[in-house]
Amino acid sequence: MGYVAIKGGGIAIKGSLEALEALRAAEGEQGVPLSLSAIENQLRLLTSRIVSEGGLYHPRLAALAIKQMQGDTLEAAFALRACRSTKPRLLATPVQETSRMRVIRRISSAFKDIPGGQMLGPTYDYALRLMRIDLSDEAPEVFRTIAAKFMGETPAGNLPETFPKVVDALRNEGLLPQAPARAIEPFDITREPLIFPIPRSAILASMARAETGSLLALAYSNMRGYGDVHPTIAELRVGYLPVFLPHPITGEEIEAGEVLITECEVVAMYENSDNKSKPVFTLGYGACFGHNETKAISMAILDRALQKGMKEGPANPSEDPEFVVLHIDGVDSMGFANHYKMPHYVTFQSDMDRLRTTQAKAESKQGNEK
Amino acid sequence: MNPYYELPQDEAGYSFGFLDEYAKREVRRNILKAICIPGYQTPYASREMPMGRGFGTGGLQLTLSLIGRGDTLKVIDQGSDDSVNAVNLRHFIELTCPGVDTTERTQDATLIQSRHRIPEMRMTSAQTLVLQVPYPDPLVVVEPSEARRKIMHGEGDYSRLLTKLYEDIVHFDEITISHRYPTRINGHYVLDPSPIPRFDVPKLHQSPALILFGAGREKKIYAVPPYTNAEPLVFEDVPFRTEDFSDAQGRRRSCHRCGATDSFLDEFTGNDGERIYQCSDSDYCHQRLSTQHSAANEVSR
Repeated sequence: MGYVAIKGGGIAIKGSLEALEALRAAEGEQGVPLSLSAIENQLRLLTSRIVSEGGLYHPRLAALAIKQMQGDTLEAAFALRACRSTKPRLLATPVQETSRMRVIRRISSAFKDIPGGQMLGPTYDYALRLMRIDLSDEAPEVFRTIAAKFMGETPAGNLPETFPKVVDALRNEGLLPQAPARAIEPFDITREPLIFPIPRSAILASMARAETGSLLALAYSNMRGYGDVHPTIAELRVGYLPVFLPHPITGEEIEAGEVLITECEVVAMYENSDNKSKPVFTLGYGACFGHNETKAISMAILDRALQKGMKEGPANPSEDPEFVVLHIDGVDSMGFANHYKMPHYVTFQSDMDRLRTTQAKAESKQGNEK
Repeated sequence: MNPYYELPQDEAGYSFGFLDEYAKREVRRNILKAICIPGYQTPYASREMPMGRGFGTGGLQLTLSLIGRGDTLKVIDQGSDDSVNAVNLRHFIELTCPGVDTTERTQDATLIQSRHRIPEMRMTSAQTLVLQVPYPDPLVVVEPSEARRKIMHGEGDYSRLLTKLYEDIVHFDEITISHRYPTRINGHYVLDPSPIPRFDVPKLHQSPALILFGAGREKKIYAVPPYTNAEPLVFEDVPFRTEDFSDAQGRRRSCHRCGATDSFLDEFTGNDGERIYQCSDSDYCHQRLSTQHSAANEVSR
């Protein structure tokens, strides 16, 4: 009898990868390999999700990850993160002004008449979720004219390049506290370990690359009653943010490119303050790479809930920084859930040893009692 | 993003050890700290590796930060060099660390990465053992908050853990912790020795080899430095007990292949339903067999 327990791992892995690859190309002769450009554009919200959860703004690599992982969001974001591990950090980005954003959409549910006006932009919010059967068999000629037609029919108008921030207006009216001082060095979660209690910037950075569903679930628990943020969206904006970096020689800030981001600010009711200062509304902030409105809103609500928890002590899971921050990372949580598929022969052998010993003791006890 | 952007085709080339040099230096600094404070869980900014969290990414970061040309590496999982995950990790290290030798022979390795087992063969001071860790903190069974656990460790407050052991004895007349047995290092910090069986815990005590623990997902590194005391948490009148491999007559079971009576045994069911026992450490079993074969050949000559 040969060595039984575990054998042939290398061959098994090779076969498994070949089977995966075969399924990717299962369409056979009718198949057309997905182009990265098609994924990046036609599945732009999926790409958005991956750049955000992957914590690396590289839509083309994100598209590649989506293709390679056959559409699994957790795996694709994971591949992007692993790619990031091979890159050194060359410099720290200075604070970027989101008021400079070239917006494609900005709304407020607090005021009808916000400075600069509401711009509904591209959203499914008011689209009827009826199946568009015509999309199932789209003529390429028609498809290729849609974007050009839209651009041609939209009047150039005199839209401003940028829009003022709603929260700035609220601050000017004294309804919101002034923005915290810039002097605070932001916490880099990719280079420093989290040791609790952690600063708000570490919490925000963790949430910015968190798994969307995990953030939503925790934020939703707060909305439903395990918490009481009761948010109003002061502003939600989506658009292209110019990124300014210091010039390597002169140190002067220059525009290095732009990133698509979603930003959300929620305003909540004021807190009880024991000091004599004027009561003001409180703010929750959310921002992430890509066009991910659900994520940005969830993040803003959780930010508000966590600030409350840090001040008054957590009364609900969504107000506890440790509970939230350590359970929202997709790479961590999916990895650990999947590791249970690995062999646990040795530990199970130990478990059996303990169970048999306690069973034997229980039996002999019962025997003695009879 | 520039719509005409093309991915550079040489993106797939990786630097030695996959991680960038700054990351490796950071890990090495934290290893030094972990050695200086035996048993203390040193936090570090764990990097994402190209395999799943929970598959040994913590151990892998330690290995990749320590390994250099001239090193000989052994990777085991469940005691076996040939299990799927061990093969996968070894393949990845071979891919990203050209010039590094790999071996299955425990005594030939300078660096051993393992999951769930410490090799049966006693390691030497020239060797380093890296263990993969799913849960770094033994206090997690009694306290879910990391911030509160950190205070308990600092104060050496393990009373709730001892209470759990005591309650076990009251309920079951036995301590029911089967693996990951809490172990006190150098008289202060109690660590989680990773899911090694209780059988392997005594090997931590006064080990000539440096033993490092890497928890990638939980972002901690800790160490049992060479020749350091490692004592499983027990009561004076309830001794620590390793897995019992004796049969109904009280005889120590032996490996059905090599006949070893001093190794951790895997149990499985043979074709005709009988229980079969076999060394969990495949290299130990193979080496014993080949020694027996050559000895037999000597005799027959």
